[in-house]
Amino acid sequence: MPEMKIITAVIKPHRLDDVKEALQSFGVHGLTVTEASGYGRQRGHTEVYRGAEYTVDLVPKVRIEVLAEDDDADSVIEVIVKSARTGKIGDGKVWSVPVETAVRVRTGERGPDAL
Amino acid sequence: MPSGFSGGDTAFVLISAALVMLMTPGLAFFYGGMVRVKSALNMLAMSFIALGIVTVLWVLFGFSIAFGPDSFHGLIGDFSMVGMRHIGMNQLSGTIPVFAFSMFQLMFAVITPALISGAIADRAKFSAWAVFIAFWVTVVYFPVAHWVFYTDNGKGGWLVDHVGALDFAGGTAVHLNAGIAGLALALVLGKRVGFKKDPMRPHSLPLVMLGSGLLWFGWFGFNAGSALAANGLAGLAFTNTQVATASAMIGWLIFERIKHGAFTTLGAASGAVAGLVGITPACAYISPLGAIALGLICGVLCAWAISLKYKLGFDDSLDVVGVHAVGGAVGALLIGLLATGGGGSAAKGLFYGGGFAQLGKQAIGVGAVGVYSFVLAWIIGMVIQKTMGFRVSEEVEIAGIDQAEHAESAYDFSAVGAALSKAFSSSAPAAPTAKKTAADSPAETKVDA
Repeated sequence: MPEMKIITAVIKPHRLDDVKEALQSFGVHGLTVTEASGYGRQRGHTEVYRGAEYTVDLVPKVRIEVLAEDDDADSVIEVIVKSARTGKIGDGKVWSVPVETAVRVRTGERGPDAL
Repeated sequence: MPSGFSGGDTAFVLISAALVMLMTPGLAFFYGGMVRVKSALNMLAMSFIALGIVTVLWVLFGFSIAFGPDSFHGLIGDFSMVGMRHIGMNQLSGTIPVFAFSMFQLMFAVITPALISGAIADRAKFSAWAVFIAFWVTVVYFPVAHWVFYTDNGKGGWLVDHVGALDFAGGTAVHLNAGIAGLALALVLGKRVGFKKDPMRPHSLPLVMLGSGLLWFGWFGFNAGSALAANGLAGLAFTNTQVATASAMIGWLIFERIKHGAFTTLGAASGAVAGLVGITPACAYISPLGAIALGLICGVLCAWAISLKYKLGFDDSLDVVGVHAVGGAVGALLIGLLATGGGGSAAKGLFYGGGFAQLGKQAIGVGAVGVYSFVLAWIIGMVIQKTMGFRVSEEVEIAGIDQAEHAESAYDFSAVGAALSKAFSSSAPAAPTAKKTAADSPAETKVDA
């Protein structure tokens, strides 16, 4: 059985600093951040260039990926949800998926030791 | 120096020539910012290459065709100044050296074909474009400059000396001429892939603003410099240039706010350029209050005219027709209404008691240049299309013309996926480069360590 999970969160870009701080306080030592774009229930916006109107429906987002031990996964999710929330539409999603293997590239450590 | 020489006038015209030269790179930024990122370099290069081609042709025969003594009914200059061989260093044209006059006029000849390029953004073969510039300036711009700008006591160009059409700095010869040629080429080349379907947002509005700022700055040389003397007429032209540009920007923005709900930066930049275009023919003949009116009219009319391409179904990509053809024609026609008789010409417009006489002459100028430019640009465009091909393939256009035509990318923001150099690594896989580059043969591109 996998002993780890990968937690992926898609959040509003301006919440990233708070989420990062909250995760650090919780004890998460590393994460990966990607700039992303997407849409959910949040609508896009309209832009106009010389009279040509464009609906921009992909909204800029930040995707965070965190590896955690099974036992910590729910708490990590909770930390992200709390620190990312503004209460307005477009706050994003968080989900987790089981992970089979993780290796620390420098040392070759495997499993939870690699986290 | 011979008598009649003016150091002040010469200094002013030389500086004005340099100002007008800067307008072509300015135009390159103005256009370059408006296209998508995949064709930004091509757009810049289409303007920049005009500095190369037109300059050489100007020395060889362009200056002589445009400003040589008239050889046939005001239609074309003679060939007495071919190669600029027989021009003396101290020979004067008015109060300034012929060389100074020639370089000032050259910069107009350079920017005019560059203006056309916006109509065929993203899709023209660079070689075909270069050939087009060479033929178009030779059979269209040089003769039309002769019609409009060459005065010789009634024996000069037919529009200025026979008809009496007024065009101080090129509303017809430069802007209408380029705008109509742009329309012809947009029809010859056809629409961009995805026109009216895919989003074609400008990739850099700051670049557009930079370009419009440089154009505005350089335009003082264009208009005030066309007085060819550091005098009151230059002061009037300078004033009207500033005033009409300001009011055109306001006019465009108000129109846009009412019609589309926002004051856009692209609208501010476009409105300013529309005003600059409109005031170009008229700057020496009207009053500052007239310039406010002219600017507002041009700003609003051009802001409306750019929507025509969607209704009529031609892809004038960067609105060369809507801004330059419409602005140039409107500015030239408004001379017939707003000329005070107290500026660079004694002719009075309708509103100053001159009746319809001048308006009629202006209409002849607009009609003649418009028709000639359209027909010749269309013919040259079609000949190029049928022989060497004017348009890149659909695959190239979709992938981005910069890579295929120039073997470059405009921006490199990413550390990932950087191209491997054949020159430094023999085992590296071939980077996808243009088919025509020398990279096909590694031996030739190897760099000596």
